[in-house]
Amino acid sequence: MQSQYLFVAIFFLIALAVPAIGLILAWAIRPKKPNPAKTSTYECGMETIGDTWVQFKAQYYLYALVFVVFDVEAAFIFPWAVAYHKLELYALVEMVIFVAILLGGLLYAWRKGALEWR
Amino acid sequence: MEYISNFFVNLGNSWTSLLSSFLPAWAVTLANYLVMAVLLVLMPVIATLTLTVMERKVIARIQNRVGPNRAGPWGIFQAIPDAIKLLTKEDIVPQKADKPVFNIAPLLIFIGAALLWAVIPFGRGVIGQDLNIGVLYLVAIGSISTIAVIMAGWSSNNKFALVGAFRIVAQLLSYEIPMVLAMGAVVLLVGTMQMGQIVEAQTIPFVLVLPVAFVTYILAAAAETGRAPFDLVEADSEIVAGYFIEYSGLKFGWFYIAEYGNLLAVSAIAATLFLGGWRGPFAGMVPALGPLYFSIKTILVVFLLMWIRGTWPRFRIDQMLAFAWKVLAPLGLFNFLWIAAMIKLPMPTLLQWALVLTGNVAAAMVALTLMGRAAKRYAAQRGVAVA
Repeated sequence: MQSQYLFVAIFFLIALAVPAIGLILAWAIRPKKPNPAKTSTYECGMETIGDTWVQFKAQYYLYALVFVVFDVEAAFIFPWAVAYHKLELYALVEMVIFVAILLGGLLYAWRKGALEWR
Repeated sequence: MEYISNFFVNLGNSWTSLLSSFLPAWAVTLANYLVMAVLLVLMPVIATLTLTVMERKVIARIQNRVGPNRAGPWGIFQAIPDAIKLLTKEDIVPQKADKPVFNIAPLLIFIGAALLWAVIPFGRGVIGQDLNIGVLYLVAIGSISTIAVIMAGWSSNNKFALVGAFRIVAQLLSYEIPMVLAMGAVVLLVGTMQMGQIVEAQTIPFVLVLPVAFVTYILAAAAETGRAPFDLVEADSEIVAGYFIEYSGLKFGWFYIAEYGNLLAVSAIAATLFLGGWRGPFAGMVPALGPLYFSIKTILVVFLLMWIRGTWPRFRIDQMLAFAWKVLAPLGLFNFLWIAAMIKLPMPTLLQWALVLTGNVAAAMVALTLMGRAAKRYAAQRGVAVA
């Protein structure tokens, strides 16, 4: 059991090493001639005006909020789905209530216009 | 003959016994893990070398062009000069970029694309590790690339890149829900998250039991990999290349490799979960056929995704998000509950599956009708004709 995750750990290290080695190799053989025109921000040839790191649209935040609710739900339904074959009928009733609450939330967000892109 | 028929497993066993003749047990395990990890980590690279050419050929065919035809017969070696070019190109880091984050993002996106392969079964017993949380592992690893993309978009300090990163937050988060629900439907039907056992359980490929979940998965997979028609993230005509606009040389190359690695990985997952993985005629008697069937199915799904890319126009962001939240998510939830109810009925499994299929088709019909009405309503409001 632990050794399975040892494999994942080794895999992670190798997956980190491969692109790193590639980048080191490329660093060794590629030309290096930077100049200010090359390293300026690319904006189709125009000078950049103003700051890039600005406040962003609140719409994205609303989607993130709805997503969090559903993702927590996903973390809950996977173990439930695995255990479901061994459980009694109450598990189904429980899940129906749970999903109904979720759907209520989705419907609320829908009616409130949180899912509209403005 | 016996050896050939179960070639991959026997090869592994021979290799292990060869190693154990001169190494202690723990070192054999470690060496095996290292070899497997190196083989699997190359999958995204192999995917890029083959699928780029395939994609250019397929899309050229769809658009009535010839496609690459210079490097090698039919241009099949086109990817090799491309790779050499990327390796030897000058690396330009914009002055205003947040450099540590800018440099870590390509590594992280490759890790996200490579780690998916750890739990994908190529054949019976031919799998990195059959983790008992397989499907959940895939979902978890799949979200690493979201972080890498946000890092790339934010650290580039470029407005196009930032818009691309914002869009990807909305898009990947929204399509994660239908994807998770589609995978959850399979998990619920089988009662395990282990990829190997999911394949074993598919006496009928699940695409025939859960067609709605399959279609949802394919659409969500196209969205998660940022491919057309969901390629708002890197829409060339609007924001040039999106989040990797400032990358050049091999750093861009890793994004590219991760993109094609993800394409092959989501296709392999679709083949495993819905098309029966390595199952096929005589695969029970001759297990070495398993990886062949698995590859054929995976390439079929890849072709399907390329076909979709070649023939559909790009969605607008509001349409795309509305489609995920107002169509796919409720459909997925209904589907999930319907399966849960059906498999509790006291009847044989096949009959339960038939009922699941009926519910699936009915739900799809209702969803399509409602969508058609919504489209007509929208058209009436705007005073435009709808096809």
